[in-house]
Amino acid sequence: MADIFPGPDIFPAGMLPSLVEMMAKIIFIFTMNMGVFAPLLGWVERKQSALMQDRIGANRADILGFTVFGLLHTLTDAIKLLTKEDFIPEGADRPLHYLAPFIAVVPALIAFAVIPFGGQYDLWGHKTNLVIADLDVGVLFVFAVASISTYGSVIAGWASNNNWSLLGGVRVAAQMLSYEVAMGLALVGIFMVYGTLRLTDIGVAQENFLHWGIFLQPLGFILFITCALAENKRTPFDIPEAESELIAGYFTEYSGLKFAMFWMAEFLEMVTISGVLVALFFGGWQIPFVSGAALARLFGFLGPNLAQVAVMLVHVAVFWAKILLWIFILMLIRWTLPRFRYDQVMKLGWKIILPLSLINILVTGLVMLLVK
Amino acid sequence: MADLAERIKKMSPDAVASVSSSLGQECVVVHKEAILEFMRRLRDEEGMLFNFMMDLTVVDYLGKRDAGSRFEVVYHLYSLKHNHRVRVKAPVSQADPAIDSVVQVWRGADWFEREAWDMYGITFKGHPNLKRILLYEEFVGHPLRKDYPLRKRQPLLGPEN
Amino acid sequence: MSELRMDLHTEPMILSMGPSHPATHGTVRFLLKLDGEKILNCDTEIGYLHRAFEKHCENGTWTQAFPYTDRLNYNSAVQNNVAYALAAEELLGVAGKMPERAVYVRTIMCELARLADHYTNLGAATLELGALTAFLYFVEARELVWDLIESVCGARLTSNYVRIGGLASDLPEGFADHVKRVFATNREHWRQFDKLLTKNRIFMDRMRDTGAISAEDAIALGFTGPCLRAAGVEYDVRKANPYLVYDRVDFDVPVGTTGDNFDKYLVRMEEINQSLRIVEQLLGKLPKGPININDASVRNPAKEDVKNQIQSMIHHFKNTIEGITVPAGEVYVPTEGSNGEVGFYLVSVGGGKPWKCRVRPPSFALTQGVGEMVKGAFLADIIPTFDMINLIGGECDR
Repeated sequence: MADIFPGPDIFPAGMLPSLVEMMAKIIFIFTMNMGVFAPLLGWVERKQSALMQDRIGANRADILGFTVFGLLHTLTDAIKLLTKEDFIPEGADRPLHYLAPFIAVVPALIAFAVIPFGGQYDLWGHKTNLVIADLDVGVLFVFAVASISTYGSVIAGWASNNNWSLLGGVRVAAQMLSYEVAMGLALVGIFMVYGTLRLTDIGVAQENFLHWGIFLQPLGFILFITCALAENKRTPFDIPEAESELIAGYFTEYSGLKFAMFWMAEFLEMVTISGVLVALFFGGWQIPFVSGAALARLFGFLGPNLAQVAVMLVHVAVFWAKILLWIFILMLIRWTLPRFRYDQVMKLGWKIILPLSLINILVTGLVMLLVK
Repeated sequence: MADLAERIKKMSPDAVASVSSSLGQECVVVHKEAILEFMRRLRDEEGMLFNFMMDLTVVDYLGKRDAGSRFEVVYHLYSLKHNHRVRVKAPVSQADPAIDSVVQVWRGADWFEREAWDMYGITFKGHPNLKRILLYEEFVGHPLRKDYPLRKRQPLLGPEN
Repeated sequence: MSELRMDLHTEPMILSMGPSHPATHGTVRFLLKLDGEKILNCDTEIGYLHRAFEKHCENGTWTQAFPYTDRLNYNSAVQNNVAYALAAEELLGVAGKMPERAVYVRTIMCELARLADHYTNLGAATLELGALTAFLYFVEARELVWDLIESVCGARLTSNYVRIGGLASDLPEGFADHVKRVFATNREHWRQFDKLLTKNRIFMDRMRDTGAISAEDAIALGFTGPCLRAAGVEYDVRKANPYLVYDRVDFDVPVGTTGDNFDKYLVRMEEINQSLRIVEQLLGKLPKGPININDASVRNPAKEDVKNQIQSMIHHFKNTIEGITVPAGEVYVPTEGSNGEVGFYLVSVGGGKPWKCRVRPPSFALTQGVGEMVKGAFLADIIPTFDMINLIGGECDR
């Protein structure tokens, strides 16, 4: 027995709690993304657009007369998508057609691993860092993984054996390529300012409200959010799936669960983008003018350990609240603006955002030299 | 205004068969052989300048007139500069349902002539692309002719892939 | 680079856009030849909504044609009703004897229909450019106008309101107040729509310099209505050959300069304001009196009389069974529809049925120009160009 279930003594000290902690964090992020955000954003999108457009929005699906503000539409959506025929067009590349939605959705999930959703807490003598993988290349990992999801869309477009899909796939490839370059460069300024790529360090550095990324890098922020919108492929940058031009672009030939995966990938990307935005520019889990230490003092009556737990919970809540705020703003943009044209998107990316981000780097460097 | 038709007759007396005016509208009947040149003059001649071809259609007078002038191609022209209108009619026989195309004069006549071919089977000579427009290529007959039965049904054939 | 390109074997992509495509709404098909995203050639195919309008009209009485005219430009059905009635009345020789009130009401209804049409068109255009919110603002405005039309004739879309020699019914009680309320709301919608789009950089980039057409080309292709006026040609039947009471109201005809999609958009936006103006003026001087001509051979007598007087009943019977007898003759009456000149060419050989009932469809001529307008442009440019043409399948295919 001892061979199969080795006792705790063969673990290096503190490994078991670390493992438990790691599993807890992964499960938490996974449930937040797959269980809460992916399905609920569909509802948020419906209700928010309805609010903006002077409509009521989804309100019909009910169980025994309870509509729960239209939340049940999410459920009906899921049932519908699960039971729909999984259609594969004639002449499609079947393996790739299957693979594509997975390539699209998995990176969107993984990317969240490096985003810290809270700070570091000392719980019962165990240091807990609220990030799944505290990589020192942090943001680069997000970029790397996000660019993999591009393959999902491109392969979907190619494998469907449909002209509209192909055009959509081509558009995705071009758009993602252009905007990833610009997005990377837009963030160089922030790395220079904080002197690190590690997202947890950047989070800690933003404890002072005035050191938030948005104040140190206002131009970088605007450039990044523009690129992020383009990466997210939603209006006004939804040219790869522009429904009035390309029907549905690269996922024209998808139905059922595979369609749902593209749909989910889009929402998850929105969460990830908001997460990066919050972590880099909006102080991560930090509350303006209230430091972690001050919070801990406030909860001091609970005792040192429980106070830390309370602080942790507040920080995590603040982080997700900020993400929600950003999702709201992203949706606001999506429901207000019309769509660009293909060449205009390219022009914006290469001729405006790219030079501006280079200028941003230059100016940041100069200012840093002068301040020194 | 009443003298417009007269002036048109004076402009090309050989082409015009008769002129009339009813309900305040001027009407010119022309020989179909002369239609192209006549229309060109209507468009370009100072005092005419009919730069708009508003409408082109055909009337089938089956049973009302003899076979020699069964069809009548009807053009409605408008001059933006002079703000006047005229109706030009060209009788076409049942035996030879053909007339010169006026696409050279007004580009916009293209689809109107295709529709007239589609519905009445009038051939427009010199038309660049005279094929059916509202109906499908496999349709048999020309449905707006008075001898096409109202309730006749045809299988809806699509193009073969 | 050019050498490399010469060695590459490339061939254009053939793409069939429509009839079942989100932007063509099942009514038209573009056969595109694409080089990447550039359009090398665009063949337009129509006829998907053909339902033998003329054949139907020729086989019914003069009055029975009205429901068919509703379904021409279904966004502004009353205008077609009026155009047909005007032509038929001209043939009957009663055009000058119409009661004042009927003429005024017809004009009001025509302008309300124009409002509904422009709201729909502009809204749909923005929808297809991805701005769904603006679309819904104008859809609400249109719904309110349709409420007005519904209160008058009982139907929102296919009104079947006008009759030869009169109208189906008079304006309802409190119509002027209803109009006032609707117009106040709609002006607010217009302002919001304007704010969202007119100075929106993305919208301008999409609309400016796309689908442009010169005045000469527009005239040669037989363009009329807002599309022609956007190209800088001031031609509006309401001004050139005034019908109804358009010579008695004060309104302006907006004219563009470049003929591109943005000018078409601006022209339509301004026409909305002008239509509001016309309706308000007309409501102010709406005369009282009958709405039907007092001539039983043209317009059925009142229902009351039909039930109580033998000669009225005979007229009603004859008018219904045999149709109104229209003397032999032919007439072409142009009117200004929402999309351009709607002209009815009617031929009568005497008797109760039209020998020929031809409508000059503005969309037909406009759609013909699409291929020319998008050649060399991007695939995405078809969308605003096609939207600003405002192809109405019912009218184009008849």
